[in-house]
Amino acid sequence: MTETGGRPDGLPPTATDRQPVLQLRGISKRFGAVQALSAVDFEVYAGEVVALVGDNGAGKSTLIKVMAGIYIPDEGEIWFEGKHVPVHGPRDSAALGIATVYQDLALSDNLDVVANLYLGREELSSPLPLLSEERMEQRAREVLKTLDVKIPNPRNPVAALSGGQRQSVAVARSVMWKAKVVLLDEPTAALGVQQTKQVLELVLRLRHQGLGVIVISHNLANVFEVADRIIVMRLGRRVGTFNRAESSEQAVVGAITGAEFGKFKPQE
Amino acid sequence: MTAAQSVRTGLESLQRRVASGDVGSLPVILGLFLIWAVFTYLNPLFLSPLNLTNLMAQIAATGIVSVGIVLVLLLGEIDLSVGSVYGLGSAVMAVLSVQKGWAIAPAIAAGVLTGTVIGTFHGFFFTRFRIPSFVVTLAGLLTWYGAQLHVLGEKGTINLTDPTILQIANQFYPASVGWTLAVIVVAWLAADLFIVRRRRAAAGLPLGGWAGAIAKFVVYAGVIFGAMAVLAADRGVPLSLLILLAFIVGFDLILTRTRFGRHIFAVGGNAEAARRAGISVNGIRIAVFALCGTLAAFGGILGASRLEAVNYNSGTGDTLLNAIAAAVIGGTSLFGGRGTVWSALTGGLVIGSINNGLALLSAASDVKFMVTGGVLLAAVTIDAVARQGRQRAGV
Repeated sequence: MTETGGRPDGLPPTATDRQPVLQLRGISKRFGAVQALSAVDFEVYAGEVVALVGDNGAGKSTLIKVMAGIYIPDEGEIWFEGKHVPVHGPRDSAALGIATVYQDLALSDNLDVVANLYLGREELSSPLPLLSEERMEQRAREVLKTLDVKIPNPRNPVAALSGGQRQSVAVARSVMWKAKVVLLDEPTAALGVQQTKQVLELVLRLRHQGLGVIVISHNLANVFEVADRIIVMRLGRRVGTFNRAESSEQAVVGAITGAEFGKFKPQE
Repeated sequence: MTAAQSVRTGLESLQRRVASGDVGSLPVILGLFLIWAVFTYLNPLFLSPLNLTNLMAQIAATGIVSVGIVLVLLLGEIDLSVGSVYGLGSAVMAVLSVQKGWAIAPAIAAGVLTGTVIGTFHGFFFTRFRIPSFVVTLAGLLTWYGAQLHVLGEKGTINLTDPTILQIANQFYPASVGWTLAVIVVAWLAADLFIVRRRRAAAGLPLGGWAGAIAKFVVYAGVIFGAMAVLAADRGVPLSLLILLAFIVGFDLILTRTRFGRHIFAVGGNAEAARRAGISVNGIRIAVFALCGTLAAFGGILGASRLEAVNYNSGTGDTLLNAIAAAVIGGTSLFGGRGTVWSALTGGLVIGSINNGLALLSAASDVKFMVTGGVLLAAVTIDAVARQGRQRAGV
C-alpha cells in the first residue's frame, strides 16, 4: 500500500477537507497460516455510504468484524472522530457508536417490533419497576417514522413481517441508540425486488441523517444505486477505490477479479 | 369508529392470528367445553357445585408445578425432575416438622428452599456444561427420587400432624370472602382497561376499538362471577385454589410486565439475539430453573397437605406428566418463546376434568391414561401445526 495518512485515491473533493468519522490504519490480521488482512486502510465519512466489495475470501467480513470489535487486529490502529481509540471487544465498538446489523438479523420472532427495538434496553416506570410500554411504543413509532419504515402495527410479532420489514427493523434497532457508523453485512441478500428497494431506501435515509454507512454486498447493481464510494478488496488487500459517479460496473468487476481493463487503477 | 366496524376489525384480527398460527388459548377453551359437555351428558353430577369445587381443589398442587413448567417451556427447555423435587420437598418438610419437631413455617421454608437449590443446580449444569436440559433433569428425576426415599427412611410414610399444614389444602373460606375478592378483581380489571387507554391516549398512541376490549372484559367478569357462584353453592372458596391463582397472577405479571419476564421470552425466542442484545442468557436460564424447582417443591407441600401425609409415592406416577401435559394443553409451546402461565390453569382444568370425570364414571386408570395421552397428543399437534403456520406466514 502506498497510501499514507488515510488519504486514499479518488476521494470526492468535498470530502478531502473533512475528517473521517471512522478510520482504520494499516490493519493486518492473520489466522494461523492465512493472512486475512494485509495493511488495510479504510475510512468512512459522516453522511456517506461506502460499499465494501470483493470476491469470497477477499477479507470484507474480517474487516467489518475488526470494526465491530469482534476481531482484534494484529497490527494497525482504529481512529474514531479524529482520535486513536482502543477497541478490545464488541462493547468498546458499540460504545463508540458503531452499530452492526448482522446478516441473520438477530431479532426475536416471538416478540413484537417495540420489544425487539428495546431488547436489552427496556424502559421501566417508577416507582414499581414495570415495563413502560407506552413510552417505548411512542419512541419506537417515532424512530420508524423518521426512517420511513412502514410497519402496519408495531405491536405485531416480528414473525408476521416480510423480509424487508424485518431487515428494516434490525437496522432501526441498531441506529436508534446514538449510532454514528452503521455496518450492514449483505442487507439485501435473500430479499425480493420490492423489499430490496425498501432496504436501499432506508440506507439512503441513514446517510441523509448524517450517519456513516458501510455496506457489504455482492450485488453490484445495488451497490451502484446507493454507494458514494466503492472500496474493492482482493486477497486481504484494498486494491481499489471508486467514486460511484465516475466509474462503471465493469471497472469495479475488473478490480474485484484482478483483470486489467477499463479505467481501473491498481494501487499496489 | 362505529361498533359494527370495530367488531369487524376485531374478527379480522382474530382470523389473521389463527391463520398465522397465533392461536393462543382458543383450542384449550373449546376443548374444555367439549370435555365438560361429554362428562355432563354421561353423568349429570359432573357439573354439580360439589364436584366442581372438588375439581378446583384437586388441580391446585399440580397446577403450581405447571407454573414452573411453563417458565421452563418458555425458554424452549424442559424439566423432567419436577415430580421427584415435588416428593423430596414435601419429604424434607415432613421429616423436619414431624420427626425433628421444627415449627411448621421453617419446615415449609426448608422444603421449598430444597427445590430452589436443586433447580439452581440443574440450571448450573445445563448452562456450564451445555448438557441438554432433558438429560440434566432426567438425572435429577432419579437422583432426587433416591434422596426422597433416603429422607423418608425405612418407615416410608410420615403422617402430617401440624394443624397449620393440614389447613392449607383443606381450608375453605365462606362465600362472602369469595364474593368480595371477585368484586375487587373485576373492578381492578375494569380500572386497568381505562388506565391503559388513558395512558395510551396521553402518549398519543392509537387506541384499539372498544368492542374487543369490552367483550374480553365481559368474558373475564362472567368467568370469575360464574366460578364464584359455583363455589358459593358448595363449601366456599378453597384456600388451595386461591394459592394457585395468586401464583398464576403473580407470575403472569412478572412475565408480561417486567424486564425479567421480557428477557425470558427473548431467550426462548432467539437466544443468540438475546445474547447480542446484552441479556445474560445463562443468568436467565439458571433463574428459571431455580424458580421451576421452587414451585415444584411448593406444589409438593400443597399436595402433602391434601394427602395429609408424605410417602414413597409422593410425586411419582403421573405428577410430572400431568404438570407438563397441563402446560402444553393450555397452549404453551414446546418450542419456546410462546405461552402464558394461565395455561397451568386451563390445561390443568382439562386434565383434572378428565381424571375427575372418569372417576365419576368409575373408569379405571387404563382409560384415564389413554384419554389423557390422546388429549396431550392433540394439544402438541395443534402446537406443531400452529408453528408451521407461523413459519409459512413469516416467509
